[in-house]
Amino acid sequence: MSNEAVVHAHGAVTTHEGHGDHHHEHHHHETFISKYVFSQDHKMIAKQFLITGMVWAVLGGLMSVLFRLQLGYPDATFPWLEDILGKWAKGGRITPEAYYALVTTHGTVLVFFVLTAGLSGTFANFLIPLQVGARDMASPFMNMLSYWFFFAASIVMLSSMFVETGPFSGGWTAYPPLSALGDASPGSKIGMDMWLISMALFVVSSLLGGLNYIATVLNMRTKGMSMTRLPLTIWALFFTAVLGVLSFPVLFSGFILLIFDRNFGTSFYLSDIFINGVGALPNEGGSAILYQHLFWFLGHPEVYIILLPAMGMVSEILSVNSRKPIFGYMAMIGSLFAIAILAFLVWAHHMFVTGLNPFLGSIFVLLTLLIAVPSAIKVFNWLTTLWRGNIRFTPGMMFAIGFVSLFISGGLTGIWLGNSALDIHLHDTYFVIAHFHIVMGVASMFGMFAGIYHWFPKMYGKYLNNTMGYIHFWVTIAGAYLIFWPMHYEGLAGMPRRYYDYSIWESFKQFVELNRFISTVAMIVFAVQLLFLFNFFYSIFKGRKVTTLNPWGANTLEWTTPIHPGHGNWVGEIPEVHRWAYDYGKDGKEFIPQTTPVGADESDHH
Amino acid sequence: MTMFLTIAVIVLIFVVIFQIAKASEYVSVLKGEEVSRKQNNKINGFLMMGFLVLGLIGVWYCNKLYYGKTLLVQDAASVEGARVDSMLWVTLALTGVVFILTQIVLFWFAYKYQEKENRKVFFFPHNTKLEVIWTVIPAIALTVLVVIGLRNWFLFTGEPPQNAMVVEVTGKQFGWIYRYPGKDGSFGKKYYKNIDNASNSLGLIWEDKLGHDDLVMEQTMYLVKGKPVKLIIGSRDVIHDVGLSHFRMKMDAVPGIPTTLWFTPKYTTKEMKELTKNPDFQYEISCDQMCGNGHYSMKGVIEVVDQEEYDAWMVKQKPYYAQQFPDKDTAAPKAVADTAKTASAKPVEAVKKAVAKL
Repeated sequence: MSNEAVVHAHGAVTTHEGHGDHHHEHHHHETFISKYVFSQDHKMIAKQFLITGMVWAVLGGLMSVLFRLQLGYPDATFPWLEDILGKWAKGGRITPEAYYALVTTHGTVLVFFVLTAGLSGTFANFLIPLQVGARDMASPFMNMLSYWFFFAASIVMLSSMFVETGPFSGGWTAYPPLSALGDASPGSKIGMDMWLISMALFVVSSLLGGLNYIATVLNMRTKGMSMTRLPLTIWALFFTAVLGVLSFPVLFSGFILLIFDRNFGTSFYLSDIFINGVGALPNEGGSAILYQHLFWFLGHPEVYIILLPAMGMVSEILSVNSRKPIFGYMAMIGSLFAIAILAFLVWAHHMFVTGLNPFLGSIFVLLTLLIAVPSAIKVFNWLTTLWRGNIRFTPGMMFAIGFVSLFISGGLTGIWLGNSALDIHLHDTYFVIAHFHIVMGVASMFGMFAGIYHWFPKMYGKYLNNTMGYIHFWVTIAGAYLIFWPMHYEGLAGMPRRYYDYSIWESFKQFVELNRFISTVAMIVFAVQLLFLFNFFYSIFKGRKVTTLNPWGANTLEWTTPIHPGHGNWVGEIPEVHRWAYDYGKDGKEFIPQTTPVGADESDHH
Repeated sequence: MTMFLTIAVIVLIFVVIFQIAKASEYVSVLKGEEVSRKQNNKINGFLMMGFLVLGLIGVWYCNKLYYGKTLLVQDAASVEGARVDSMLWVTLALTGVVFILTQIVLFWFAYKYQEKENRKVFFFPHNTKLEVIWTVIPAIALTVLVVIGLRNWFLFTGEPPQNAMVVEVTGKQFGWIYRYPGKDGSFGKKYYKNIDNASNSLGLIWEDKLGHDDLVMEQTMYLVKGKPVKLIIGSRDVIHDVGLSHFRMKMDAVPGIPTTLWFTPKYTTKEMKELTKNPDFQYEISCDQMCGNGHYSMKGVIEVVDQEEYDAWMVKQKPYYAQQFPDKDTAAPKAVADTAKTASAKPVEAVKKAVAKL
């Protein structure tokens, strides 16, 4: 469908809305189903992604609390666990099967369902049309499908937790042969088939979404919105979509081969295997390492799929609330671009100790550490953005500052792990857990929170409660550091990941108290996230009402829409853009929206 | 019961927080939203500074508590591991300085440039000079790290010295099997379809006489202090990983694809007991790659001894072949001596035949 047709179709919608003020947000023909369920409005789809993501975040977070119980209190029994988990917690102690299933599902769900679908699904959907000046996505129907494929993936993943042999339990990376052989681990039986189906549906969802985001950014910008006038959020979401579209298919191919190995007797990943109790398998000539290449070819870009949207939103929020332009706009785009390119060239740094050709390994060391350069540029630019600003600590701003802090902390340990000669010591220890949880997990979560606090007024026409927001922020950032900072020390003791119990290990058993402390903090932090969720849902209905169009005094286009924008976003014509998004504090004016024409006496404009 | 109490307490805390949060909203309406927003801004600006100070104290305190429990206080137990450690210190120094400086700048800026009535913000969209500086400096620093890293990497992954001994390590769910090449210094061939848990745990091809003096054992691997050792690593079922934290080394065990790893043990187990002041000290092999539900218990032990002790241990070991075929045992030493001359041609053919049959 051409742009014009889309605009035309929605033009009809908006004229209609223009007629009845009292009927502002409701369109005549919209039923409950078409408005809230099978909606094609990007704003509603964004909210669907967000709320589904929240459900998964609670489930995934709860799983981490459960396995942290085991790690923190390895000798204790909790009878209520048996009430909840049944045979998976016989006698009130989580079994190893359940522990590994929890760890695996926690990883899968948080990486894909929360930080990919929940983060870029929400904000790409919500912000791209609003900030580029479009009435909706290039294909609202595909956009709707994108959500429902995600929903289907969620249902399958959820169901896999209730099968008799348990959900998949071989780690979120699902390395074969463990993931290929039901005889090697009960979790690799039907649970793994469901895991693969769920992930395949998820890949479809990502591709449908990603193609739409790219098409919308490239083709549907409003008049005057050149690429170099786009807010950095859009640039980041754009690169995110490109990464996803180019790398998810590779993951998909890896999964297809795995499905064949599991069910149809092929030997893509299998060779020379003898399973206790089963005997030698007929498969010969396959390579278990091939899967890792296919997996990490997505797996590493995936890290940036998670991180880039957070970077984009943080750039925007830091600038708006410092009342100062983002420093080095072009360098910010350049570094996003560099990160996006390098993201495809570093996957094998997850595989330094697989027996990879050492020369190939050395190339990946070089390219991996190269990523630190654009990352450093971004950090220094954010710091300079704060410098001599006039900072308003909205909850969104605080999470943005927290993001920068966490990104620094977690990014620096990447320099350790990217260097193969150090990775040979630290690989798969708690050091790695600390690294990626801080830089990818918590930092991106902070980006997401920043986005939610900042755009909640646009989403629901209400404010979130600030006091709860501040409590949420301070407890979460302190808790995140208290949980993950000491894990570096466990890693430096060589303590391996994914262990159910450390008590038999002379080298790793000295951290009992620390593990207990970490588990306790994890529970507190989890509870505070529930407080946030309460704030979120309470404020949708009972929050303070937004009474001005532009509550943060921001320049971007979404704040020129009505407080409760209908499907089509703008009543009447889409505004024209005359400048970049960051004219804050210019010529003594606090802010100059993008829609303001350049004045005759204005100093140099972008 | 305690469960319900805990939940009750949590709910109570939630209610209190909620009430305070609601009340603060009403108060702000009474006071004027702008006034209370500014007060909040001051409080949070102050807290930013507080967080920085407490955070840095926390970093110091955490180090005080746990530094002694890491491997940083132990000398690396291998010659190559010492290079890992020195590289680790260089990296730590560099990233540590950057960490402290950037965190201070971040929170200090947040505090210093918090909203003030009459502050005029500085319109500062870009500055090429600054941007070039902080592109070039990290690039140089990283080049240094890459150079150090790659020199070590090529040493670690390169050929071991000539005098290195060779041990084969095979992972299985959930344990390790070690194989020594025996007197002839070469391993006999093996084929995974010959594996039998009771009588042939590695699937040795008995027709290959090179394997007749191979030693196969589980639990403990013996190594010699000061003598480089090359491990040939494989797996019988899923991917495992030979994790040697004290030697600062690690390598995956992949079914079908042998990998190698070499290092030079620096201290005997006895010496490490003294150095670490831990009489229970053991060199442990930890499986570092998720391999199933028993992953956490997949433990092996390395006993590093001096040459004499090693030799004494070695003579006591009985070849695996002899263990499985005790009747042929007495003939074994002679047979080995006999075949040594013709070894080059005959066993290979036998193996080929055996493989062809399969």
